[in-house]
Amino acid sequence: MEHAPVAIQGLSYTFGNNQPPALDNLSAVIRPGAVTGLVGPDGAGKTTLIRLMAGLFLPGGGTLNIFGLDTRTETTRLHRIIGYMPQKFGLYEDLSVMQNLRLYADLQGVTGAARQQVFQRLLSFTGLAPFQNRLAGRLSGGMKQKLGLACALIRKPRLLLLDEPSVGVDPVSRRELWRMVQELVNEEMAVIWSTAYLDEAEQCDEVLLLNEGKLMFAGPPRELTQRVTGRCFQIRNIAGNRRRVLANALQREEVQDGIIQGANVRIVLRVDRSQPDLAALSAGPEARLVPVAPRFEDAFVDILGGGPGGISVLAASMSQIEDYGQITVEAQGLTKRFGDFTAAQDITFAIRRGEIFGLLGPNGAGKSTTFKMMCGLLRPSAGIGKVVGLDLQKAPGQARSRLGYMAQKFSLYGDLSARQNLEFFSGVYGLAGARQKEIVGRMIDIFNLTPHLKVAAKELPLGFKQRLALSCAVMHEPAVLFLDEPTSGVDPLTRREFWTHINGLVERGVTVMVTTHFMDEAEYCDRIGLIYRGQMIATGTPDELKGRTESDRLPDPTLEDAFIELLHQWDDKTREAA
Amino acid sequence: MFSRIRALIVKELLAILRDKKSRFVLIVPPLIQLFVFSFAATQEAKNQTLAVLNLDEGKPALTLEQNFAAAATFSKVLHLRGAAEVKPVIDEQQAIAVLWIPEDFSRNIEHGRPAEVGFILDGRKTNTAGIVQGYAQRIVNNYQASLAAGGQSTGAQLVVRNWFNPNLDFKWYTVPSLVCILTTLISLLVTSLSVAREREMGTFDQLLVSPLHPLEILVGKAVPALIIAMIEGTFMVLAAVFLMRVPLNGSLPLLYASMAVFLLAIIGVGLFISSLSMTQQQAILGAFVFMVPAIILSGFASPIENMPPWLQTITLGNPLRYFMTIVRGIFLKDIGAVLVWRQTWPMAIIAAVTLSTATWLFKKRME
Amino acid sequence: MKDQLRRMKALISKEFVQVMRDPSSLLIAFVLPMILLFLFGYGVSLDAKRLKIGVAVEDSGAEAASLASSFLASPYFEARISRDARVLEADLLAGRSRGIVVIANDFSRRLHSAGTAATIQVITDGSETNTANYVQNYAQGVVSTWTTIERMKQGNASQTGARLVPRIWFNPELESRDSLVPGAIAIIMAIIGTLLTALVVSREWERGTMEAMMATPVGIGEVIIGKLIPYFLLGMVAMLGSVAIAVFLFKVPFHGSLPALLLTSVAFLLAALGQGLLISTVAKNQFVAAQVAMVTGFLPAFLLSGFIFEIASMPLPIRVLTHIIPARYLVTNLQTLFLVGDVWPLLLPNVLILLGLAAVLFFITARKTAKRLR
Repeated sequence: MEHAPVAIQGLSYTFGNNQPPALDNLSAVIRPGAVTGLVGPDGAGKTTLIRLMAGLFLPGGGTLNIFGLDTRTETTRLHRIIGYMPQKFGLYEDLSVMQNLRLYADLQGVTGAARQQVFQRLLSFTGLAPFQNRLAGRLSGGMKQKLGLACALIRKPRLLLLDEPSVGVDPVSRRELWRMVQELVNEEMAVIWSTAYLDEAEQCDEVLLLNEGKLMFAGPPRELTQRVTGRCFQIRNIAGNRRRVLANALQREEVQDGIIQGANVRIVLRVDRSQPDLAALSAGPEARLVPVAPRFEDAFVDILGGGPGGISVLAASMSQIEDYGQITVEAQGLTKRFGDFTAAQDITFAIRRGEIFGLLGPNGAGKSTTFKMMCGLLRPSAGIGKVVGLDLQKAPGQARSRLGYMAQKFSLYGDLSARQNLEFFSGVYGLAGARQKEIVGRMIDIFNLTPHLKVAAKELPLGFKQRLALSCAVMHEPAVLFLDEPTSGVDPLTRREFWTHINGLVERGVTVMVTTHFMDEAEYCDRIGLIYRGQMIATGTPDELKGRTESDRLPDPTLEDAFIELLHQWDDKTREAA
Repeated sequence: MFSRIRALIVKELLAILRDKKSRFVLIVPPLIQLFVFSFAATQEAKNQTLAVLNLDEGKPALTLEQNFAAAATFSKVLHLRGAAEVKPVIDEQQAIAVLWIPEDFSRNIEHGRPAEVGFILDGRKTNTAGIVQGYAQRIVNNYQASLAAGGQSTGAQLVVRNWFNPNLDFKWYTVPSLVCILTTLISLLVTSLSVAREREMGTFDQLLVSPLHPLEILVGKAVPALIIAMIEGTFMVLAAVFLMRVPLNGSLPLLYASMAVFLLAIIGVGLFISSLSMTQQQAILGAFVFMVPAIILSGFASPIENMPPWLQTITLGNPLRYFMTIVRGIFLKDIGAVLVWRQTWPMAIIAAVTLSTATWLFKKRME
Repeated sequence: MKDQLRRMKALISKEFVQVMRDPSSLLIAFVLPMILLFLFGYGVSLDAKRLKIGVAVEDSGAEAASLASSFLASPYFEARISRDARVLEADLLAGRSRGIVVIANDFSRRLHSAGTAATIQVITDGSETNTANYVQNYAQGVVSTWTTIERMKQGNASQTGARLVPRIWFNPELESRDSLVPGAIAIIMAIIGTLLTALVVSREWERGTMEAMMATPVGIGEVIIGKLIPYFLLGMVAMLGSVAIAVFLFKVPFHGSLPALLLTSVAFLLAALGQGLLISTVAKNQFVAAQVAMVTGFLPAFLLSGFIFEIASMPLPIRVLTHIIPARYLVTNLQTLFLVGDVWPLLLPNVLILLGLAAVLFFITARKTAKRLR
């Protein structure tokens, strides 16, 4: 009998004696010729399972066979047939693209004439051919992931293991990665793609859904999606504040889950519940409830018991931000040159008070440069960045004391406890004495941090890490909040909670600027600025951007479609001009 | 402003001291090193093996040989049977020296003729050979004196008094020196890693977007390192006095005041290295490249006055040089404020230079 | 087999590229050795020459003056003459001089009266313990020479009695440079072998590149050898370069043979690399690895290897400890090769011990490393 690519039987794994099992009695079979998505909230055991399949961990109990090879005993043969791309891509940053490829080719035993062919194929496949001699450390995030994939593919593996390959990758590169993997799959091989992004999972042939080390679901994603059929709606034509509508909806007992999609609010109802009264949600007289097709994400949240509520205790505890005039954040002709290279050119925008503004753009397009200039991390070569009317260059201290900042991976001090982090960040923003004590105490109450106060921040569960990072960023009640890919790699439940808080803060008059690669997140924005090749090529609400790219070919574009389409249009335009 | 810096300082101290492992690394190994190395780092010559080739059977030769054998330096004596054994004994380092008493030694002594004794030393161990040679010279002189005393008088006699360290106990020298070296090591490592680690961890941007001024960040890095190094220094001084029994004759306030100035100079170097480094590896190796020459040029193992003038000029820029003089001076010589100040102001200048260079570089690298 | 060779070759060439690209590893492998050799070659020495002393001549007699001028003329001292001992004491306290010779006001009188000894007091700065010893020895020498000359002047003393004729083999002038430079080379090797190796391996764990490599067909032995050979070669290059500089630039004599040097270097580097690999296997983070390498590698090589401080003079437990410090054997062998020659009965056991240490270290490393993450 032909062996299955992966056959898991009663697999268990525990990290320490007193720890709950990371994987608990898991059984599954993965079939060849398919991309199997590995999904689940953070800490569900995705990485552990992948490392077990790669033979890097020994199963604690049960068996794990890869094409009939026992991962316990046949590691050497196993390593000849798998390709593995770890979360921290295993690239040598001080080696060039080509040197990385050669190294892995040698390690995988690809030699002779085949070798050059493989290189050519992989380089053109990944679009890295023009960058062969560039150091891997100098590649953009998307290119790094493609190179990592190329390295894992050198000797066509029979099982390809990808651990969150799309974190930190822009939509264009993400589509390309996905396309590459799709092209690879054939009856001989299987791919496992772990992800926190469920639009990716939805495209997989099969998914394994893990939660707390247990297998919740295995099968085609459609099968799971079916369970929410007829329960998904969009509230359209909202007059007034869609954020408030969402908050109200989420507070209702019959609503299980809800998110913002541009100008609309998407809700999922609980089983056998009637539709909510739109008037009670203060959605305005014109508002309509339109049934929409269910998505995998809806089903995912459903199977995990629903999303968080709509009221942000954090926002409730904050005072109303005083009015600094209409415009709180302003960029005037921001330009940054590194030598001959212009990373950002003449970027101008203004963000109104209480607005969420998204900066989008492919990796290396100038988005981060712009963002950094707006936080005062980079000095612009020309132009002015202003926060609450203060020039970041002329009054940096004053301006910075009015802004809050939260970066991807939450830059907390991992060795400090939760309380110590709170005390530190409040102190740095000039809070002291009784006031500091009071605010720190309030954050602890709001986020239920009490049981974790003495735990080092790096050991906190991800959800708490995020809450802690957010409270550190807003303790000084900033007028402006800068978020740099705040939920990168974070599961949908934690993401929802985060946006509930942000929405609440915006209601209090906080202005938010956010960079993101994920369109879910972009949908929360009031307006989006798209940065490409160092320039701001488009601004508008998410719906406007979608509208701008509507065509016969794309009758109902998603935000991601719009994003890619706008880049193409820009490229076409500049080509014509040239 | 003060509360912001205080928050930084508290955070930095916690980051270093909260973790049990790093607390351990900071306190225990330096104390063990102080203990082990202060016994190890001795420039005496003890437990040496002496080979004797006595070709003379007379009584004077035997007395001389016994005088050598009784010397504290030599714990073991090998008796050689012939001249052929001399070379291998030295070559193979079985003995540091060979005492060669020729067959006519006793006869010459008895007849009042000059009587030469050969003494062959292993020149590979320069320092030990030099010291053993001095001891041997003294033994022969004493022997000669005892012969002469049988007759009459005497001539000039040397009476030696060693101030500050009457018994020339080496520990009294090495322990204060090691206190300096180990304090340097800790403060340099802590500061040079401080910025580099935040860069690698990604928390640095978070600091930079806060209202903290770059100068405040630097102060926030320097003060905790100063505090930790001072505590470390206190541990060492306590160990030196109570564990190693080295007398502390001088003024403690002077010691602490000069220690603070010295540490600022070192912290400046550490922050400079840290601002320059992109990774922790670079910071560690950079600290190393500064530290090794600084120890060698401190006057610890090799006296500064023996160095060629150009090298002596270079040592003027080495803060460790001044601090060692101060620490040994305060411990053993009870030097007063004037003498301490004379060694302190150069360190103050060095500190001003290193700290301002570090600030300049730090600001520059923030772009 | 062929696969293994190719994989190892790939790993090795990768490592070289990395070394070449990281300024810090070049700094430690080439710049620091140059600085050290330069310092030991040109400047630093352990022995004390031209020590500053004060001579207090309280006596106005001719003999006192003659003895004082002997001190002035001595090549070992830089003497300052004064009538008042108190002035000189201030110098001693301030560290401007290392000793005081006091010729008391009754010196000439006592020298002439039979039956009494004319004492010369020597005060040393005991806080500089080693120097104090030298002051004492040199003063002794000056006084004996002076006595002999005085006696000869009076014509009553031919050279009688026992006289020591020291002969120092291998290094007649006791040039400490000649023994320090070989020692410095040993330190350099210890740094490259242990510290650098420990850092580069733990870096791979920290950056996650080890994880990716673990999932390829590469064997754990290949990974170890792939790390070993580049740093081994780097160490050999640094070693031979240092020896060349020592011999041709600093004119340190080299009496041994090249094969003996190579054998010693190979044996030592294997042990040092074994130590570095073991450290990085146990400590998978750079900070801890650096600390451990510092405490178990560099400092012992500096202080416990017999390079500067005599091992025989250390207390017994520490002497026992020095037996497991590879640098100890290298220092002995290098000093012998430089100054004596191929003394096989001394060199060979040391080489064998080094190989033994290396074998033990590799054995433990291999046992501790598995192709697994935990």
